[in-house]
Amino acid sequence: VSAILLPFVILAPLLGATVAVASARAATAAGVATAAVMLLAVARLGFTVLADGTVTHAAGAWGAPLGIELRADGLAVLLLATTAVVGACVTLYSTVYFRPIFDHEQDRGLRFFWPLWLLLWSALNAVFVSSDLFNLYVCLELLTLPAVALVALDGSRSAVVAATRYLVLSLAGSLFFLLGVAIVYAGTGTLSLDLIPRANLDADSAALALALMSIGLAVKAALVPFHFWLPPAHAEAPAPGSAVLSALVVKAAFFILLRLWTQTFPHAFLAPGAVILGALGAVAALWGSLVALRQDSVKLVIAWSTVAQIGYLFLIFPLLRDAPGAAWSGSMYHLLSHALAKAALFLAAGSMIRALGSDDLSAIAGVGQKLPLTFATFGVAGLNLVGMPPSGGFIGKWLLLTAALSSGQWWWAVVIVIGSLLASAYVLRVLSAAFLQPRAVPLRQQPPWQMTGAALILALLSAVFGLWAEVPLALLGATAPELAP
Amino acid sequence: VSGDVVFPVLGAALFGLGFTALVGRRHLLWRIIAVNVMASGVSVLLLTLPGRGADGPDPVPQAMVLTGIVVMVAATGLALALAVRVVAAPDDAVDRGADDRRDDRQHERSHDRSDANAGDRTP
Repeated sequence: VSAILLPFVILAPLLGATVAVASARAATAAGVATAAVMLLAVARLGFTVLADGTVTHAAGAWGAPLGIELRADGLAVLLLATTAVVGACVTLYSTVYFRPIFDHEQDRGLRFFWPLWLLLWSALNAVFVSSDLFNLYVCLELLTLPAVALVALDGSRSAVVAATRYLVLSLAGSLFFLLGVAIVYAGTGTLSLDLIPRANLDADSAALALALMSIGLAVKAALVPFHFWLPPAHAEAPAPGSAVLSALVVKAAFFILLRLWTQTFPHAFLAPGAVILGALGAVAALWGSLVALRQDSVKLVIAWSTVAQIGYLFLIFPLLRDAPGAAWSGSMYHLLSHALAKAALFLAAGSMIRALGSDDLSAIAGVGQKLPLTFATFGVAGLNLVGMPPSGGFIGKWLLLTAALSSGQWWWAVVIVIGSLLASAYVLRVLSAAFLQPRAVPLRQQPPWQMTGAALILALLSAVFGLWAEVPLALLGATAPELAP
Repeated sequence: VSGDVVFPVLGAALFGLGFTALVGRRHLLWRIIAVNVMASGVSVLLLTLPGRGADGPDPVPQAMVLTGIVVMVAATGLALALAVRVVAAPDDAVDRGADDRRDDRQHERSHDRSDANAGDRTP
């Protein structure tokens, strides 16, 4: 029964998107219904995987190698679940976010946001349950198109410019990925992630393919030095769009990268490549945090913080060989808790924009006490970025620190600690502007409860994500990689 | 020289050519074309890299290339639509009713051709 849920989690948001395109009036209802159905479906799927292990489904009864096979293992279910939780909160938030404050404004959300967001949701789920390389390529493109359109939703010149740059770079990244796929197929005659490791691809082809695909995915995951498209794109998107882009879309690219390195090409494990990815991640963690400290608007601070936090994820690669368990769990835990926290931060920034008409640090001066819940959300989610217990960020960083020290590579631990200090600096900079500076301006409007509530729920979840570590760790443990020596 | 060598080399050359233009050219339209040239290179490689099943054409790469073409057409359409908007949008105006007034702006655009490059100057 659970196997049918695999196509269902792709098709249900697609159906919701179709309804939203057909009728603007029903769009909000379609979004809410999709969110409710997704929470239930993913919960059911999660319990099944927890009890019985990996679930697979051959679409249209055509199995691999010719058909499309869908598969959910522990990692996939965790990402589906995080997407469902973030998605449900973003959906609740968006039921009011696009509602005009002034009469002459047009509600763009009803016309464009809902179809794009639901398409994006469908594509995210499709990435997580895909089990062959070409399907992953198609899903990556399905993900890119609505993501780019969300960036451009505002219609302003800067938004459209950011969206265009994002699209062109993302397409180029996809083509690097596809080039790797071509090499793999020529060498193995299969696209299945499971069959490739057994197909005896020669070492040179495997290394070349993995390198090309890694470059493509690093562009999409915004790893330094391919990060420059991210801050403008994520800052220009409307707040719910920023939340899903930063929390989920960049993670999808990283998810594929990790699957390739650990499951599909474990024998091609490139030690120099792993160190390069780790080093770029370390540069991202430090450089992104430093730039975040110098931004003048809340959304840009959060967007640069994403560049930094993505960097931590890449520390898994150099640690994977010597401390696979801790590196794997730590990086994944960081990914999941960052998704919750980053969505909360962008939603909080959207509430500030709703209340003040701007998210400039000068505009939020002194409004902390007028928007207590919004800034509480910002602070609580900020604790996750800093890595304070009992947040999920703490568990993730702790495990990564353990992995770094136990494998004798202490320099990664230094990066993690300095990055956390810088994170506390940029979070406090925003909070001190809101609470310590005078000159409170009158609010345009108190943000509606749906907005403050959705953001606060995500922030609280990220803050207590470290308290119930057993379930995610069990799911992660079941999919932990076994690398060939 | 056999086709087994010529076509993969051609594919790689197309990919490299497209990539060079993508990195080197600033104009948006150039970049969109560059990505399409890269895609053609990948298609040629997909079809002509010497595969395992040497007994007759393999349908799987053909299906992949067909899908890839569809994907690139859709993405290029979106890129061109955005490029038109880059030219049409006024500087730094947050304009929520952009759709209704696009015709006026297209009229303005004909007076200001230099706008097409403006996308690259914006940080």
